[in-house]
Amino acid sequence: MAALMLRWSCLGKRWVLACIDGGSRHGRGAAIGLTSRRKRGQSSVAQQPLIAVQKSRKGEHEWAAVVGLEIHAQISSNSKLFSGSQVHFAAPPNSLVSFFDASLPGTLPVLNRRCVEAAVMTGLALNCRINKKSLFDRKHYFYADLPAGYQITQQRLPIAVNGSLAYSVSVGKKPSQVSTRTVRIKQIQLEQDSGKSLHDEPRSQTLIDLNRAGVGLLEVVLEPDMSCGEEAASAVRELQLILQALGTSQANMAEGQLRVDANISVHHPGEPLGVRTEVKNLNSARFLAKAIDFEIKRQIHELENGRKILNETRSFDDKLGCTMPMRDKEGKQDYRFMPEPNLPPLLLYDTASLPPGADPQQVINIDWIRERLPELPGKTREKLIQQYGMLPEHSFTLLNEVGLLEFFQNVIKETRAEPKKVTSWVLNIFLGFLKQQNLAVNESPVTPSALAELLNLLDRKAISSSAARQVFEELWQSKGKTPSQIVSEKKLELMQDQEALERVCHTVMEGHPQVVMDMKRGNPRAINKLIGLVRKATLSRADPTVIKEILERKLSS
Amino acid sequence: MSSLLSAPSALREDALRRLKREMWARAVKLGLRSWVGWRRGFTSKADPQRSGRVTAEVIEHLERLALVDFGSLEAVARLEKAIAFADRLRAVDTDGVEPMESVLEDRCLYLRSDNVVEGNCAEELLQNAHRVVEEYFVAPPGNISLPKQDEQEPFSHI
Repeated sequence: MAALMLRWSCLGKRWVLACIDGGSRHGRGAAIGLTSRRKRGQSSVAQQPLIAVQKSRKGEHEWAAVVGLEIHAQISSNSKLFSGSQVHFAAPPNSLVSFFDASLPGTLPVLNRRCVEAAVMTGLALNCRINKKSLFDRKHYFYADLPAGYQITQQRLPIAVNGSLAYSVSVGKKPSQVSTRTVRIKQIQLEQDSGKSLHDEPRSQTLIDLNRAGVGLLEVVLEPDMSCGEEAASAVRELQLILQALGTSQANMAEGQLRVDANISVHHPGEPLGVRTEVKNLNSARFLAKAIDFEIKRQIHELENGRKILNETRSFDDKLGCTMPMRDKEGKQDYRFMPEPNLPPLLLYDTASLPPGADPQQVINIDWIRERLPELPGKTREKLIQQYGMLPEHSFTLLNEVGLLEFFQNVIKETRAEPKKVTSWVLNIFLGFLKQQNLAVNESPVTPSALAELLNLLDRKAISSSAARQVFEELWQSKGKTPSQIVSEKKLELMQDQEALERVCHTVMEGHPQVVMDMKRGNPRAINKLIGLVRKATLSRADPTVIKEILERKLSS
Repeated sequence: MSSLLSAPSALREDALRRLKREMWARAVKLGLRSWVGWRRGFTSKADPQRSGRVTAEVIEHLERLALVDFGSLEAVARLEKAIAFADRLRAVDTDGVEPMESVLEDRCLYLRSDNVVEGNCAEELLQNAHRVVEEYFVAPPGNISLPKQDEQEPFSHI
């Protein structure tokens, strides 16, 4: 069989399979219209060049992929959900474990107030209905890192239901082509985290560390409204920003504070939904989109070849770039949910229903929390756009990079330059340098004050923009020097003496009569040549616009 | 039975296993017939899900889920009697009555303030462990799956 290449792309909600005959002589093969979703190698077909298609070849089928997510976010609190042991990332094994966490007999769960408040804040930020009464249940399964043999969760009646999350995806090649999508939130529930198991394959044993056992988690269940890896990754990123803005979770995927499981299925549009598989252990934003896209591709491929999809659990192997079935998870799990007998229902109040004379420590007022919600990322972006007149995609970039917004705001505070100039310098030049050297904002050698000073110099035309770039490069390399110092050291100041400049222009014009003739005849390139000559004569210390103005004036006189 | 005692041990175990299986199958049939009759006497509504017996598949499923070894006919019979006993609840008319969440449902759920007051007792906790490696508990790699029903002996201790 000749090398048949299968190209996939996400056209809106449809996956188009176009069979391309690799050995074909006529035309360069088929290309798929929407190339936008290939951002930063998130797709599993990122290596293959994308080419445009006008009509489909033989064997085109339309598939729709359906992706739902279950996101577990570790609540940022001092102590655990049901016990008083500490929540901390790195600590000696089993040192942050209480008797309850180790599931010793005679221990009982005691609910942490901060965790409930975090759940209510998150529910309100995601437009959910907060259930004034919610219940705790036990979910039973056996695994070494779950000492009790069950996890306390909220299955019957969670704390918040029916919300929505708005996120944006790019829909074209240009960064300005973005579209806002919404994904419905089925529910948010409080649950316990399990311990950590370290697999020691050679010695055929697993080492268990219970420091994480019992830490409070917020499980956010997103309805299957997404259709590809990029949408899922964008939704998760937006949720991360919201959680960080609220302070309810640090949502750092690298430290395991945000974990995502994806439920993926494919079907032909118009037909019922297909069998879904669950992909677990997606612990990095990069691999999230890759794994989902791979799984969609795999399912389509299996179905196209007449095989069936098993309702199974898979994990993503990032080195191989593919999903593999997980052992220990064969068949459908029966968790035997039962009400948690040691915890009465959780009752929440609002200002209207607050019982009079109640102990404020023992009651939670939803309205009180709503009034004190911090500003959400969507609102922050709106304000940036209104206040500084920046484009929406700029506001996204500013919020997406950790610490960049703060940097930007500090520069704005100290400079007289126009906000648009500041935006351009921060997003293009500053961010460019950071990315090139793979640095975070807080590792930048250039401080906001330094950049502010530089922009001030530029603003009052003390230096030209090319000189400013030189100064910036110099600032980046050498710490401690201020922009003014660098400017004077390298003699980058613009010539301020108008008369001297006029004399130079005059000299140059005298020295090149031919070019002047060309200019008089209306040759546009001639003037540029003159400007170049003048600049060279002034050692690049003159502003090209001023030179142009002088030359034109001289010519017309 | 006396012929079994004189046979070599491997053959003896084999024969014993077969015998037990036959006894078990016969007992189940007998048991369910009487159990179904007894149950019909009490319930007015027929439950389509309950065929009136606890099948071997259900026993295997329960053993897997709860890591309980039913081990004997009597245990299964006890289970069936327990279910029948609980079924008598259906005799009560609960139309229009809101079910309770738990018997604690009108108690106040105490909210603890977010302070660190426990932990730091690794040594004490690890004392309970059978095996310990550098302050980690040691467990076998993954869950050890139970043998399937035809592989395992139905009743190893009668």
